Amino acid sequence: MNYEKLINRTLSEMKPSGIRKFFDIAAEMEDVISLSVGEPDFATPWHIRQEGIKTLEKGRTWYSPNAGLLKLRQAIGGYLSRRFDLAYDPKTEILVTVGGSEAIDLCFRALLEPGDEVLIPEPSFVCYDPLTRMAGGVPVALPTRAEDAFRLKADTVKAAITDKTKLLVLPFPNNPTGAIMPREELEALAEVLRDTDILVLSDEIYGELTYGREHVSIAALPGMRERTVLVSGFSKAFAMTGWRLGYACAPAPLMAPLTKLHQYAIMCAPTTAQYAAIEAMNNGDSDVMQMRDEYDMRRRFIVDELNKLGLTCFEPEGAFYVFPCIQSTGMTSEAFCQKLLEKKHVAVVPGNAFGDSGEGFVRISYCYSLKHITEALRRIGEFLKENGLCPK
Amino acid sequence: MDKILKLLNTDARLTTEQMAVMANMTEDEVTAAIAKLEADGVIRGYKPLIDWEKTGEEVVTAIIELSIAPSKDEGFDGIAKTIMAMDEVESLSLMSGGHDLMVTVTGRTFKDVALFVAKRLSSLDGVLGTATHFVLKKYKERGVLFEDEEQDERGTV
Repeated sequence: MNYEKLINRTLSEMKPSGIRKFFDIAAEMEDVISLSVGEPDFATPWHIRQEGIKTLEKGRTWYSPNAGLLKLRQAIGGYLSRRFDLAYDPKTEILVTVGGSEAIDLCFRALLEPGDEVLIPEPSFVCYDPLTRMAGGVPVALPTRAEDAFRLKADTVKAAITDKTKLLVLPFPNNPTGAIMPREELEALAEVLRDTDILVLSDEIYGELTYGREHVSIAALPGMRERTVLVSGFSKAFAMTGWRLGYACAPAPLMAPLTKLHQYAIMCAPTTAQYAAIEAMNNGDSDVMQMRDEYDMRRRFIVDELNKLGLTCFEPEGAFYVFPCIQSTGMTSEAFCQKLLEKKHVAVVPGNAFGDSGEGFVRISYCYSLKHITEALRRIGEFLKENGLCPK
Repeated sequence: MDKILKLLNTDARLTTEQMAVMANMTEDEVTAAIAKLEADGVIRGYKPLIDWEKTGEEVVTAIIELSIAPSKDEGFDGIAKTIMAMDEVESLSLMSGGHDLMVTVTGRTFKDVALFVAKRLSSLDGVLGTATHFVLKKYKERGVLFEDEEQDERGTV
């Protein structure tokens, strides 16, 4: 059989994730010290895990309603109002999904017509471009720059809008740069969008992880709620990646088609995870605060050390990544990562895995113990010195 | 202050400079904060966590429960002061529950420790009874695992 012919053309032409590639090489090596993962090193807080265990003991092992347990949707509604000043009706405007990832995919598939353009800031997480293509859309990259603190500028958006523009993806706090969008930048963006029919897919999965100032949702700005699909989840803030649970919030007329698609494709999100998530929403704020403090401490440390090593590092205000510039070494991102892995067995992710504008940078995660980070930085320092790359 | 304690508790060998960066303070502030914590007796000392098993050195540790008849004047404090002055005693705490004092003692051999208990502790006035438990294997101390870390299973996404 000629399998190649049988596989969807768009998919077979898609290149595999650049993050994966380095994981795979690293997995083959012994003694690798990685700073490449995109998930918390904390286990899910015990009281949340316990709720999961309890529901299993009680035998609640059936499907939940398509949109998710009403109790969970109510808890999400309460949480969003408490934390981010957002109002969503749990009955018609909140959908529980299999991770934020499903919500993103649903959004593209439910909204895009062939040829519709999707504006995607770069660098950003690897899924938006391929999922847009799979849904028949046309991704349009919007580069962000280190000199703008990797924020998305309203002018950049304005210049990219055509009559085919359907959707703007807004992934802030950002993976991989750690950039955030402060209120004034969002205001400027909102000003551009208000008179249009362009929808916003606001991926706020790192919304709880900002350092210094609180996250602002674009949906909280005047006139923006009606055109925004907010996507978030439990993975990053509550250290629940393996539970696979997220949610989407949108005005009812947008939510109905998302729910319809979810119902056919997925049925419902895992029930055990949903019960645990109710506990996270209702009693998890202090856990989030503790983890955030810990990340913040590591963030300060790693930014300072990288700058000392001569890898200029813009100060990230969110998520759990730093995005140092490696241009001073004269290498491409790929070459730098490859060589660092070969010589010093340290795995970091090349910035261009997150879009062309990530070239010249690498993504370093601080979801590791201080001890682990210290050792990795020591090896990076050695690497720079031995290769004459240290500007000092 | 809390931040400094937390950092020192993670790793007491962090430099002042590193702590300053992590706690968002100046180096002078960190130095002053530590000096104050030490002066106030909040920080009582700094020691490494040693896995003696790996040194090849013979170290035997026992946890001893003491039942005490408290004295009229000093309660448990009098006898506690006598015991805490002994070099062999590593830690000493007053306990709730079935016994009164818990003593951690280290020595070179089982016999050393057993003799210490028999001769020095049980003979003290006010000691009604002892129960000695020898430590056979240490898994974790003060939050630090005494075995090699489990492999990080993350990184498959």
